[in-house]
Amino acid sequence: MKTALHKIGVPIAAIVIFLALWELLVWANGWPDYVMASPSDLPKAYSRFWELFLIGSWQTLWRTVAGLIIAVLAGTLLGMVMGFSRIARDALYPLLVGFNAIPKATLVPVLALLFIGQHNFNTVMMAFMISFFPIAVSVGIGLSTLEPEYRDILRSLGASRYTIFTKIALPKTLPEFFGALKVAVTLAFIGTNLVEIVSPHGRGLGALFLSAQTNSNYPLMFAVLIALAVLGIVLYYAVVYLERIFAGWAERPAT
Amino acid sequence: MTNLIEIKGVTHAYKTPLGPLPVLDNLDIAVPEGEFCAVVGPSGCGKSTLTRLIAGLMKPDKGEVWLHGELVKGPRKTVGMAFQNPVLLEWRTILHNVILPLEIVAPSMPKKDREARAHELLTLVGLEGFEDKRPSELSGGMRQRASLCRAIVHKPDVLIMDEPFGALDAFTREDLWQTMHQLREKEPFTCVLITHDLRESVFLGDQVIVLSGRPATTQYVLDVQYPGERVLDGLYTPECSDMLHTLRDQIRIAQGRAGEDAA
Repeated sequence: MKTALHKIGVPIAAIVIFLALWELLVWANGWPDYVMASPSDLPKAYSRFWELFLIGSWQTLWRTVAGLIIAVLAGTLLGMVMGFSRIARDALYPLLVGFNAIPKATLVPVLALLFIGQHNFNTVMMAFMISFFPIAVSVGIGLSTLEPEYRDILRSLGASRYTIFTKIALPKTLPEFFGALKVAVTLAFIGTNLVEIVSPHGRGLGALFLSAQTNSNYPLMFAVLIALAVLGIVLYYAVVYLERIFAGWAERPAT
Repeated sequence: MTNLIEIKGVTHAYKTPLGPLPVLDNLDIAVPEGEFCAVVGPSGCGKSTLTRLIAGLMKPDKGEVWLHGELVKGPRKTVGMAFQNPVLLEWRTILHNVILPLEIVAPSMPKKDREARAHELLTLVGLEGFEDKRPSELSGGMRQRASLCRAIVHKPDVLIMDEPFGALDAFTREDLWQTMHQLREKEPFTCVLITHDLRESVFLGDQVIVLSGRPATTQYVLDVQYPGERVLDGLYTPECSDMLHTLRDQIRIAQGRAGEDAA
């Protein structure tokens, strides 16, 4: 009873306090809504444009998840190659670090020129490119730091490399993998929105933000920001939920 | 009686950037079936290399390792291994950790039989009721007991142990020595134990082999004549003191400090 109250009540109270402080700040400074909208302006924006919000959220959501899925597959594959082969590790690390250091905003025009008009494809690609790095690194490190005794126990029984991978290496890497996925999910989300906001005639919440800006509808801009935050929270906790299922064993009971 | 383990003239060197590093030099060891062979020697003398050779995880540069009258060419299903680090799989329960070797060696064995076998061993080492716990919920001594069960669950004919009790406190270690004797009564196996603890080698071993410093060769073989039953009190008899003294002197020679004052 007390724990349920804690788990749900405390975060909700924190959000209410945050909104109240925000409202107070705007009211105390007497800011008009084109400087900064206040929370009380938002319900109007949501009720007027709810259809656009639904469509935009869905577009942002599916493209983020699609990019993330590709990032998980490609990142895991790269991580496996780097985890098992020293040569691959030495060869790929500088390339990956260099690629990761490039500000992804600079890749938007490159993608736009390469795949003209393929807005969905470009958005998914960006979500993927911005988020695969932490996954590749964590899987690679997880595999390459596997203690030799773990391998010896199975190898001495004549187990194949594949068996050792599925029975030991893979599950042992899961906590690191999910740690990286939590970072990757927010990154992928940023990637999607980046393309949505920068591309002309884009789709999704990012495009809604852009059109609100063009029409000087400031409460709508803030409403989009809040919607983005909510969507980000939903995605993050979806990953936490998956982590509980697949790597819950790594969590120690609180003492 | 035939020798279950025969190591004949094994020489091995590791390749390092500074040139070859010889670790084993013309090593001979013979362990009859059912015997417990303890191997002691100075640090870094190649004892762990020896375990990997017997397990078939690597091949010696020169010489031969025979198990059961067969030349060891690669990993075999008939060995069990236990290390200083219990290396239990954190995501499995204790019961399923013990079952792991059966999944590889006997994939067709029914689930019920596997669980019954694991349960039988866990009961034997005093872990009844902990089957569904995770390794992180157990103490170090209990984890090592579970690791021992896993090492013998598939009834290996050779058990290879590399300092399995090295990280435990003295009393827990003595408990586990006694557990080893109980296990051997119920589950006969031939055992090679690598250790740094001379008392452990005498209490558990039928023979104690002293390796020389690197590169290691067989320096001395002690035939353990334990006074009476294998109980801890026996370690405080004059017979055991003499054996321990002999071993200590041999270790000193192995370390190249024979001339130093024994006192």
